Amino acid sequence: MKYRENAAVRFVCFVLLPLLILIYSAINRGHYYSDLICLFGIHLILATSLNLVNGFSGMFSMGHAAFMAVGAYTSALLTISETQKARISGLPEWFQKFTLPFPLALLCAGLVAALLALLIGFPVLRLKSHYLSVATLGLIVIVRAFLDNEDQFTNGARGITGLPSYSTIFSVFLTGLILLYIMYRLIRCSSYGRGLIAMRDDDVAAQTLGVRIVTKKISIFCLSAFAAGIGGALWGHLQTVISGQFFYFTDSFEIVEMSIIGGMYSLSGGIVGALVMTFLPEILAPLETGIMIGGFQLPELYGASNLIMAVFLILLIIFRRQGILGDSEIIVESIFSKSTYTGIFKAETYRKLVDITKAKLTGKKKEKTAK
Amino acid sequence: MQNREPYMQKIIGNRYTKTKASFEKSLCLFLYQLGKKGKSLKTCLNISGLGMQFKGVKAVQNVSMNLEEGKLYALIGTNGAGKTTIINMISGVLKPTAGTICFQETDITGMRPDRIAKMGVTRTYQNLRLFKKMTVLDNVLMGAQMHSTCGAWESVFQTSRFRENEKSMREHARKMLDIMGIAAFEKEFAGSLPYGNQRKLEIARILASNPKLLLLDEPAAGMNPQESHELVDIIRGIQKEFGLTILLIEHDMKVVMNLCEYIYCMAAGEVIAEGGPEAIRNNPRVIEAYLGKRASHVTN
Ligand SMILES: Nc1ncnc2c1ncn2[C@@H]1O[C@H](COP(=O)(O)OP(=O)(O)O)[C@@H](O)[C@H]1O
Ligand SMILES: [Mg+2]
Repeated sequence: MKYRENAAVRFVCFVLLPLLILIYSAINRGHYYSDLICLFGIHLILATSLNLVNGFSGMFSMGHAAFMAVGAYTSALLTISETQKARISGLPEWFQKFTLPFPLALLCAGLVAALLALLIGFPVLRLKSHYLSVATLGLIVIVRAFLDNEDQFTNGARGITGLPSYSTIFSVFLTGLILLYIMYRLIRCSSYGRGLIAMRDDDVAAQTLGVRIVTKKISIFCLSAFAAGIGGALWGHLQTVISGQFFYFTDSFEIVEMSIIGGMYSLSGGIVGALVMTFLPEILAPLETGIMIGGFQLPELYGASNLIMAVFLILLIIFRRQGILGDSEIIVESIFSKSTYTGIFKAETYRKLVDITKAKLTGKKKEKTAK
Repeated sequence: MQNREPYMQKIIGNRYTKTKASFEKSLCLFLYQLGKKGKSLKTCLNISGLGMQFKGVKAVQNVSMNLEEGKLYALIGTNGAGKTTIINMISGVLKPTAGTICFQETDITGMRPDRIAKMGVTRTYQNLRLFKKMTVLDNVLMGAQMHSTCGAWESVFQTSRFRENEKSMREHARKMLDIMGIAAFEKEFAGSLPYGNQRKLEIARILASNPKLLLLDEPAAGMNPQESHELVDIIRGIQKEFGLTILLIEHDMKVVMNLCEYIYCMAAGEVIAEGGPEAIRNNPRVIEAYLGKRASHVTN
């Protein structure tokens, strides 16, 4: 019986759902909602990769926008057409005609971002807690300044236009799935991940059990940047226009917000955060232009969706600091099992609730029997 | 054990030309000497002139120790004597400001803690440093995976080597939990265990890494008498079974006198006395500095 349930769940998740999405995206290519779904896929990659650093390694980075920017520019320069490249003044001759197929360009985007992480990792990762966060913010400023001023390679503040729109639901979610799978295996099923979580829990004890802190920190930072670079590249190919202003503080904060909302101590938390932060503003958007509810015409409330999001975030921080999922992972098979949902509450409070209800029930029974 | 074989071969080789009787006689002689010397053929840890200074405070001064392989040593002393600081320096958590530490003839002074740990020097902590948000089994696996050569990428591709490795590590870890008597809790979070079991888990965790030297920092602290009695039995058991060298910091004098072959006594950062239980018990400086009434209590 259980096996059958699992098989059904697997069928829905791995066959039916992707098929439906594919068919939908084939029909509605470039449609507003299919773009929105793409954006969700990209946010998912970004938020989960940020969780690697912020949730699993115990550091707190806010510099994701920098890695996104580097990834987006790398992939853009490797895929745009010759006419587009001609507008950028300083590209060398051989590079003018050089283009790569999309998957390779994505890989390069990730690698260049990881290289940047490696370069800044050595000085920056020595810093502790909020100093590290500030340093990563500094990285965003540096990358922005570079992109805006290094005219020859980046076309300055005008940015690059005419990126091929390679980001479809298919390509985004395929990339996302591959990255998620790698991250999940590394974090949750290997000695590497175990060492990482141990380092977060107690770095001194981890060290005396043979964990080399520097390598762990740098490698996870690079892996996170690798995924962020790919996410940035996908974002570029979705918008088809990129410039430095798209990769700044607000964009970084948005990803940090996603990871906090969903729960930064789990990979699935990144998915949930991306889901909330992508679709909730869309759902709230009608409020801003005024809608009819049950015959009442609501006035136009500009900024209402932002306000509601902010209140939501504040409430979440007060009442559930570890995010919606906390540190539990959603595993496909367990979506329909009861224990998943009990795990979302603290085990203790749940047990207490059960105890109280049990006590009440038995109390009533006793009363009845006494009568 | 392996270290002894070359000696044996050398002697057997030398005497091989002689008659069988004389060969047997010399073999008996050798074995007799071996028995007399016990396991004290090799030095495990040698510390000389060790010192640690925190700004103005001299926490440890000019400490020298020599631990032989396969023996149980105790380090005693009043609170603040510098015992934990010594263990911190041996395990690499603190870098000594003076002196040298040699482990099996390798200089490990100021080496990175992870490298020292991989050489087989492991420790527990006075104030417990478990990975509280990990399960009990995962905690022990952290020890078991220390010498694992399985790369991170093998887990991504789920190679057969990775799966076998993981399986054998789990088996090994369970065995260690079994030895410490906490196998029933393997799925619980380490932070949710009662205090006594957390102490045992910390020992199981380092035991899983096939260590050569254990540095136990007050392993029985906070335990009730029965638990601490159990723990002493376990420590004696694992020391015999694995042939480990153990340096034990302990306050309970009964335990120290019964369990340990050799005792170092510290006060105010210096070793003021060392020797067997009898010698320590009757040493006037120890009695003055540390034992006081309790010593006479034990002797009576
Ligand atoms: N990190 C540190 N910074 C400053 N002083 C320290 C530090 N660690 C220990 N000390 C000092 O060193 C002395 C010895 O401490 P410790 O080794 O913990 O003693 P014991 O373990 O024997 O009780 C104490 O006086 C303590 O205050
Ligand atoms: Mg101490």
